[in-house]
Amino acid sequence: MEFFERFAIPHPDPMIYASMVAIVLVSIAIVAGLTYFKKWGYLWDEWLTTTDHKRIGIMYLISALIMLFRGGADAVMMRVQLSSPEMEFLNAQHYNEVFTTHGVVMIFFMAMPFVIGLMNYIVPLQIGARDVAFPRLNALSFWLFFAGAMLFNISFVIGGSPDAGWTNYFPLASNEFSQSVGVNYYMWALQISGIGTLMTGINFIVTIFRMRAPGMKLMKMPLFTWSALITNVIIVFAFPVLTVALLMGTFDRQFGTSFFATGNGGMDMYWANLFWVWGHPEVYILILPAFGIYSEIISTFSERNLYGYKSMVASMVLISLLSFFVWVHHFFTMGQGALTNSIFSITTMAIAIPTGIKIFNWLLTMWKGKIRFTVPMLYSVAFIPLFTVGGVTGVMLAMASADYQYHNTMFLVAHFHNTIIPGVVYAMLAGLTYWWPKMFGFILNERIGKWAFWFNVVGFVLAFFPMYITGLDGQARRMYTYSESTGFGPLNMLSFAGAGLMAIAFILIAYNIFYSIKNSPRNVGDDPWNARSLEWATHNPVPEYNFAITPEVNSSQALWDHKKKSHTLFKGKIDKIHMPNNSGIPIIMAGILFVFGFSFVFSIWPAVIIAAIAFFSCMLYSSFENDHGRYISAEEVKETEEKFGGAKK
Amino acid sequence: MKIDHSQPLEYSTHKNEMNILGFWIFLGAEIMLFATLFTSYFIYENRVGNGPSGAEIFEITPVLIETVVLLTSSFTIGLAINAMRLNRPKAMLWFLGITLILGATFLSVEIYEFVHYYHVGATLQTSAFTGILLTTLGTHGAHVTFGLFWGIAIFLQIKKHGLTPETANKSFNYSLYWHFLDVMWIFIFSFIYLKGMM
Repeated sequence: MEFFERFAIPHPDPMIYASMVAIVLVSIAIVAGLTYFKKWGYLWDEWLTTTDHKRIGIMYLISALIMLFRGGADAVMMRVQLSSPEMEFLNAQHYNEVFTTHGVVMIFFMAMPFVIGLMNYIVPLQIGARDVAFPRLNALSFWLFFAGAMLFNISFVIGGSPDAGWTNYFPLASNEFSQSVGVNYYMWALQISGIGTLMTGINFIVTIFRMRAPGMKLMKMPLFTWSALITNVIIVFAFPVLTVALLMGTFDRQFGTSFFATGNGGMDMYWANLFWVWGHPEVYILILPAFGIYSEIISTFSERNLYGYKSMVASMVLISLLSFFVWVHHFFTMGQGALTNSIFSITTMAIAIPTGIKIFNWLLTMWKGKIRFTVPMLYSVAFIPLFTVGGVTGVMLAMASADYQYHNTMFLVAHFHNTIIPGVVYAMLAGLTYWWPKMFGFILNERIGKWAFWFNVVGFVLAFFPMYITGLDGQARRMYTYSESTGFGPLNMLSFAGAGLMAIAFILIAYNIFYSIKNSPRNVGDDPWNARSLEWATHNPVPEYNFAITPEVNSSQALWDHKKKSHTLFKGKIDKIHMPNNSGIPIIMAGILFVFGFSFVFSIWPAVIIAAIAFFSCMLYSSFENDHGRYISAEEVKETEEKFGGAKK
Repeated sequence: MKIDHSQPLEYSTHKNEMNILGFWIFLGAEIMLFATLFTSYFIYENRVGNGPSGAEIFEITPVLIETVVLLTSSFTIGLAINAMRLNRPKAMLWFLGITLILGATFLSVEIYEFVHYYHVGATLQTSAFTGILLTTLGTHGAHVTFGLFWGIAIFLQIKKHGLTPETANKSFNYSLYWHFLDVMWIFIFSFIYLKGMM
């Protein structure tokens, strides 16, 4: 029995036991359901082994939505705990675990897969390609992300949650102060999903550089594809830093090194440096695709071409460069001296310039446009003022001397939620709604969508604007309670109300999906929004080969040219199409890495070694495998085209 | 699969060309990985705690052997690719084989070196300096180990299938990888060993 004691949770709580029961019941229900409806074969053939970028994109999006609810539940728990002074809903330890989980889940397992999911689905379509450059690698990326996410998500029922914050600062994250295996989970969950993300980065750079439709020069790519390209370049350069940081952290906790210790030559501040050298580019990895999505949506629903295309691209490139030179602003108070702080203060403020350019470009795109206030457009319009507030408070935080007042207060929490929610989350919701008919062939109900939008915006303002005030008054972040005499009570109650409204918004969004599956009309056509770019030029929903004939384009708005300037997109005749085969290897390798990570977390070395050998055997097997893909014959393509309503011009 | 005969075999298909570009980008990520390790090394270089410093534990002989062996292997993999371009699979396999033997030699000397560090009391746990030293060297060594297995797999595939667009493509990427490890070793030799011994 001694062996199994390590799996016990260190800080038991009735809520955790309830979750255990729920997890077991849901798992049994899923397995039973799949078996009863005989869906295992379908699941394996059509989804788990797929190498189709569209299906992988959808799997990313489903995972992201599930994780959104997991992270959202954590957020509501925190707001309940802080809603009034001396609340006893969560204790200090449990609160630590909840805010850590909330941060990690929302950044790594919600925002990242959401962004990458949309990229997966849309980028190959926007550039007129049939798939990504390395379809099997793409599947592996997804399954590694998924393995990492699952590893992180089981931590709170097996062995204990990480409790040192999503930034995981040492020495707090060391064995001395965080004794459960929670932080080990953090290290391996992020390591495994991080490797997946790195491979996505490589895959998409090659895809965008080498698989564009004839005529699509770099400066004729749609803005979302541009944002995806820049994002993936940041991924390739930023993620290896995280890899090393996590490796060193693992060594410190499990092999007794002293990299981030306070004695023996170690330096605890070095973790913070490494983490943010990756971490600040990471926030631009999230926001740049969001900017790309807004650019597409604002241009479509204003019925105008995007104002300042070149300056949009240039400002994104500039932001990506600057993002690597600002990391110290996360710890101005650590004492690196006035000169260093000043330099990083200035580089940080400089980011406001390219971002400001983009804001004006969006505004000028709408200027004199025929604006249609659909749900995606509403989110985009709300984004502009709200994100500007977030940006301005960001410049406030960038002032190193003033930061001594803001540091580690709720002011900071308000700031970054003010950029991430209107910036990233609204973009994801807008993008999901906008591209939903592309993926599934029907439009999400607009009326429910608008209700959800208003709940979201009002809830957001109520939840986060009060934190600016309590933060300036000195309410520290990550404190599980406060006394009545601080006077923070009423404003925190307001935040709680706002969080409630946001929760309703997300429930409405989920309900909207169910409602629209049942009730939305299916005959929306191939171009329901009167859009401008290439992804709308094919059938709806998209056949597996995307385009029967490779399109030829001569501007960033190929479909608009086709509609307004009678540009012929599809020249030539239908030929056989080469497609990649399905493969079970990616999911098997990810499963092995899951076992590897889990065993490593608990230092079960024999299992670690076996899993490592199995993993490399899979690589070796892949190397010797002869897989040249398959061809869809011209007749078959013609048949499919007929079924989808005739070949495209 | 369209084959473009005006290009060398490893570049002859669109897929091959994408593989090589992808591999270059992967090497870019690897450079970031090693750059982070080197930065960490420089930060911890003098933070020796109660443990030994670099000057006290570095031995020039094994390091020189490792350097000569690895540099030679970088030359022989270059010869292998040259033989591949001349379409002489037999010569290529010989040079690839020599490369792998040299790689294995390098690895054995490095293992000896690690045992030596262990005996003079410089382990992962001794100090932050010894920790980062062994982590940096170990990461390089792990890459070489992986490269050995990968090289053997390619050797067997060429033996079985001859020089095809696929095997040529794999060999070319492999040679990039091997050269890259060599470049990293030059940095390790200069900025870890030489600097440490001065």
